[in-house]
Amino acid sequence: MLDKNGIAKRIAQEVQDGYYVNLGIGIPTLVANYVREDIEVEFQSENGVLGMGPFPFEGEEDADIINAGKQTITTLPGASFFDSAMSFSMIRGKHVDLTILGAMEVAENGDIANWKIPGRMVKGMGGAMDLVASAENIIVAMMHTNKRGESKLLSKCSLPLTGVGCVKKVVTNLAVLEVTENGFKLLERAPGVSVEEIKNATEGTLIVEGDIKEMVI
Amino acid sequence: MISKTVANVEEALNGVSDNMTMMLGGFGLCGIPENAISELVKLNIKGLTCISNNAGVDDFGLGLLLQKRQINKMVSSYVGENDEFERQMLSGELDVELIPQGTLAERCRAAQSGFPAFFTPAGYGTEVAEGKETREFDGKMYVLEEAFKADFAFVKAWKGDAAGNLVFKGTSRNFNPCMCGAAKITVAEVEELVPVGELDPNQIHIPGIFVQRIFQGEDYEKRIEQRTVRTRE
Repeated sequence: MLDKNGIAKRIAQEVQDGYYVNLGIGIPTLVANYVREDIEVEFQSENGVLGMGPFPFEGEEDADIINAGKQTITTLPGASFFDSAMSFSMIRGKHVDLTILGAMEVAENGDIANWKIPGRMVKGMGGAMDLVASAENIIVAMMHTNKRGESKLLSKCSLPLTGVGCVKKVVTNLAVLEVTENGFKLLERAPGVSVEEIKNATEGTLIVEGDIKEMVI
Repeated sequence: MISKTVANVEEALNGVSDNMTMMLGGFGLCGIPENAISELVKLNIKGLTCISNNAGVDDFGLGLLLQKRQINKMVSSYVGENDEFERQMLSGELDVELIPQGTLAERCRAAQSGFPAFFTPAGYGTEVAEGKETREFDGKMYVLEEAFKADFAFVKAWKGDAAGNLVFKGTSRNFNPCMCGAAKITVAEVEELVPVGELDPNQIHIPGIFVQRIFQGEDYEKRIEQRTVRTRE
C-alpha cells in the first residue's frame, strides 16, 4: 500500500518531457517533488504563474508571489506572471497538458465530485470546475477509500459533481486505474496489495484482465 | 494627458453608497485593495454585493467588512479560511454565490470588453449550470454565463501614473486587470504613483482608459496567508 508520497511518486511517472502541468492542492502538490530531473516541465498555478519553483528560503518570502494554495513560492528562470482571465485561457484553451487533482469521489464514467458536501460548510470549487471541464488529460490522486472505509471509486457519484465524464486515470494508495467505457480498468497494483483487496475496496465496476503487475516506484 | 489622480482614498471612494455592487481584486490576501477596503469599513455603508475571488480572513481583507455586516452577498469561487463568513453563511445572514474561478474572471473580462455573455464548458452537468442556457459546439456542451454588472471596481497595482496606466507585480496581478473597466467606475490604488512618462509604454499591463481614479496607497500590510519556506542545506 502507498502513502501520500507514494501516490505522488507514481503520478510523477506520468509527467512527460515538455509538459505544462497544473497541480491541485494536497497530494498533487507533492508530485512536483518527484518529477524526473532529466526532463523539462513547467508548473502552472491558476492564480497567475507559469514556471513555479520551490518554496523560498526563510527570509526571502514575497507576499506578492504565491501559489493557488496561498503558499509563498519562488519562480524559475523563464517564468511568467499573468492575470486570472489569461490563466484560465491557458486552462480552458487546452494549453495545459496535464491536470492532477484530488477527489472525494470518482465514478466509473469519469464523473468527479470534489467540492461540496451538502449540509456541511461549503468552501467553493475554486478553479476545479474549469480545470476538469477542459483538460484532456486529468489524473486524480486520492486514497481508495474514505475515512469511514467506504469506496471512493463508485458506479455513480453521490456528492454534487465538479465535472462530468472527464477523469481519465486514477492513482490511489492501492492501484492505478484507467477510466474506460466499461468501467475502471485495473492497470497496476500497489506494492503488497492483491487484486482481491482492490476489488473489495472498489464499489464501481472493476475490469481485471490478465495478470496485473505491481507498480514500480 | 487626461489626469485620473485623486488626492486620497476619501476622494477616490466618492459616490459609494448602500446596496451597491463592488468588484474587488485579489487572490486570497494577495493583491487586495487594502486602502479601499479600510475606507469602506470607515464609511460603514451596508447591503453590499461583493464580487471577489475570496472573502478574506477573519481580521483582514473582506473579513473586515463581514465583521461589520456590511456585505449582503458574496460572489466568489472559494471562501474558506474565514470563521465569521461561515457563521453568517450558515445562519442565512449572508447570501453566497459560488462560481468557478475561470468563469468569475471571464465574467469580469466580458464586462470590461463589451460582451453580454459567453459560453464556457466549466460547470456543465453540475449545479452551477442549473437554470442556465446550454449549447453544444463540436460535440461538447457549454454553459452560457453573463457579464457582471457592477458600480465600482477596486483594484490594487504595484505602480501607476496619473494617466491611470497600471503595472502589477508577481501573482498580485490576479483578478485586478480583469476588473479594470468592468464596473461603472474603476478605482486603482498603487504602491507607487510615479510621474507620467516614467512607465515604459511597452510594459504597461492596463492602459489608463480602463481606470477612472488613481491614488497613492498607504501603509500596505501585504499579509501572507501561508508562509512556506525551505531550509538552506
